[in-house]
Amino acid sequence: MACHDLDHKLNFSPDVRKIVLAGNPNVGKSVFFNAFTGMYVDVSNYPGTTLEISHARVGNDLIIDTPGVYGVSSFNEEERVARDVILGADIVINVIDAVHLERDLFLTQQIIDMGIPMVIALNMIDEAARQGIQIDVDKLAKLLGVPVIPTIAVKRKGFEQIKQAVATARPGNKLEILEDMLSLVPKKVKNQAEAIIILEGDPYVAARNRVKPLNHQEEIYLARRSRVDEIVKLVLKENYSEAFFNIRLSRLMIQPLTGIPFLVLILWMLYQFIGVFIAQTVVRITEGSIMQGYYEPFIINLVNTIISPTSIIGTLLVGEFGILTMPVTSVVGLLLPLVLGFYLCLSALEDSGYLPRIAVLVDRILMRIGLNGRGIIPIILGFGCVTAATITTRLLGSSRERLIATFLLALCIPCSAQLAIITSLLMGLGAKYTIMFVAIISSILVLAGTALNWLLPGKSDDLLIDLPPLRWPQPINVLRKTSNKAVNFIKEAFPLFAGGALLISFLQITGLLVTIQKLLEPITVGWLQLPKEVANAFIMGFIRRDLGATGLFNLSLSPAQTLVSLLTITIFVPCIASTLVIFKERSWREGIIIWTSILIIAFLIGGIVSHILI
Amino acid sequence: MTLDMAKEGQRYRIISLPETTSVRAQAIRFGIAEGAIVTCTTVIPGGPIVIAKNRQELAIGRGLAQKITIEAITTVPVNNNFMVRRRAYGLSRPRP
Repeated sequence: MACHDLDHKLNFSPDVRKIVLAGNPNVGKSVFFNAFTGMYVDVSNYPGTTLEISHARVGNDLIIDTPGVYGVSSFNEEERVARDVILGADIVINVIDAVHLERDLFLTQQIIDMGIPMVIALNMIDEAARQGIQIDVDKLAKLLGVPVIPTIAVKRKGFEQIKQAVATARPGNKLEILEDMLSLVPKKVKNQAEAIIILEGDPYVAARNRVKPLNHQEEIYLARRSRVDEIVKLVLKENYSEAFFNIRLSRLMIQPLTGIPFLVLILWMLYQFIGVFIAQTVVRITEGSIMQGYYEPFIINLVNTIISPTSIIGTLLVGEFGILTMPVTSVVGLLLPLVLGFYLCLSALEDSGYLPRIAVLVDRILMRIGLNGRGIIPIILGFGCVTAATITTRLLGSSRERLIATFLLALCIPCSAQLAIITSLLMGLGAKYTIMFVAIISSILVLAGTALNWLLPGKSDDLLIDLPPLRWPQPINVLRKTSNKAVNFIKEAFPLFAGGALLISFLQITGLLVTIQKLLEPITVGWLQLPKEVANAFIMGFIRRDLGATGLFNLSLSPAQTLVSLLTITIFVPCIASTLVIFKERSWREGIIIWTSILIIAFLIGGIVSHILI
Repeated sequence: MTLDMAKEGQRYRIISLPETTSVRAQAIRFGIAEGAIVTCTTVIPGGPIVIAKNRQELAIGRGLAQKITIEAITTVPVNNNFMVRRRAYGLSRPRP
């Protein structure tokens, strides 16, 4: 059974009433969720996905948020998660955007067809009124057969009525054709909602019920579409009266002539905020003053009272890579502010509706490297964290696109932490070297993408993307998203940092580090023409990319040598976390091919540049 | 004609969508089933085509647009006194 499945996956108690918020992307679901639940919210990762599901217990009810989807099936990860959560719901609160009734009611009708009791929050009714749209709410409720409450989420209007209406939630009027079709589903599928999903050909739900998926999707979808169009025709009165500023702005964002300067401006602002303000000013305070100024001396003194810091255990605890010093300082002092800053920007971009417009703008260019416009999203995310970005490649349509994006991410996208260190090293070298660095890395990106596009069989999927209306992001939502993501990130990063620190300390104490340096000498000294200590940076770079670049700080390198080592470190194999994710997302075989080819490319490019410059 | 040949501001009727199941299902969800009437709002040179159905905007990659057949609609609605509606149908500014 699906509901048991959901309880099991997210550890819910089976006897609470599950109230699920569902709706299309960008309709204001999270505002409702925040209003209904207040402070105490749990965020669980949905097993086997990158998606986080927020849920909160309110009295005897459990309120669960879902990712925004246009329909319940399994085209992508969001839909699969939303499908499972909706299948396990006792009551659905369906949030719909009054401005986009035609689009939103498709999902509504689908959930009604599944027979789940429902209440509708007809949101953004004020915006609809401003755009000259009048909706006959009573008629809409009557046609759908479920209560419909007009709301304005951003002004918190209608929330009380929704809470009261939950008691009157009921299954709505199903599509007539489904009556006869349901008999086609084998009797052993007891749950009616699942039967509908199986009729629509969902392979996962069918497999769970041990039946074959049926092939009536198109028939049902067309019937549902015409039913929705008919309802919209009956309840909607339009009165065009306003010129839309948004439409014009939206056009400016996607037309190359104006869109590219706009994108450059946005990226420059992001860089100023993350790369300059956070990575330099804030980190100087958090890492330099707080962690290295107060925390480290404090913890070293504390350990000193028990054991000598120069002993083996002392080195393991508080040495250069001590488990109480290095991981804590890097994670809290360096990574936390960067990750917070990055996710803050990203959440704001996500909520504003700009990301799909970037996808449209760059679609033409990305088609050449075997991705469609959507591929820009993991690439932008990669500048935050390559590991997280590698997981989001799942949103790409085909396995071919996922492979190309994964490879490019691992090959030449530096993550935020690494980027900060690269920036500060390059700033010391001047504009000439900075331009060379950017030019070499971007040509590698284009060349590798083009080569993969040419080598891999098949063709990438075409873009088909909804352009949501442009909106100012809601600060509360942005902050909540940011803190959820940052907490999860730190939880994952800390053990890895600690493990990495232990490994390096171990190599140092046993003297293996020197042996490795000697072994790598032909490559580091002979081929790359760098000092042999650079090997440390490579080993550390494998644990975390930023660690590797940090290792370069203490070496005295000439400008050309710095450029060569930065290039090599940037291209060099992804950190352990990314490597593990690559192996998990792709297969072992593909993982090994990606890993070794990147290793070869890194040293090849580094060596070539070295022989030209030095 | 196919959607990649659409002109900005012109209205079209969707005649046929490609056979791929997932593309069709997505298109129907967004309201552009066969027979739907859409307005082309933006054409990005060499890139995607943006169409609108009422207030719903969809960007469609050029490759996919080449597989969607459309026909131009020449009739203009009776009530075209409003700026936005005029723009949506690609009409000139109303005479004062």
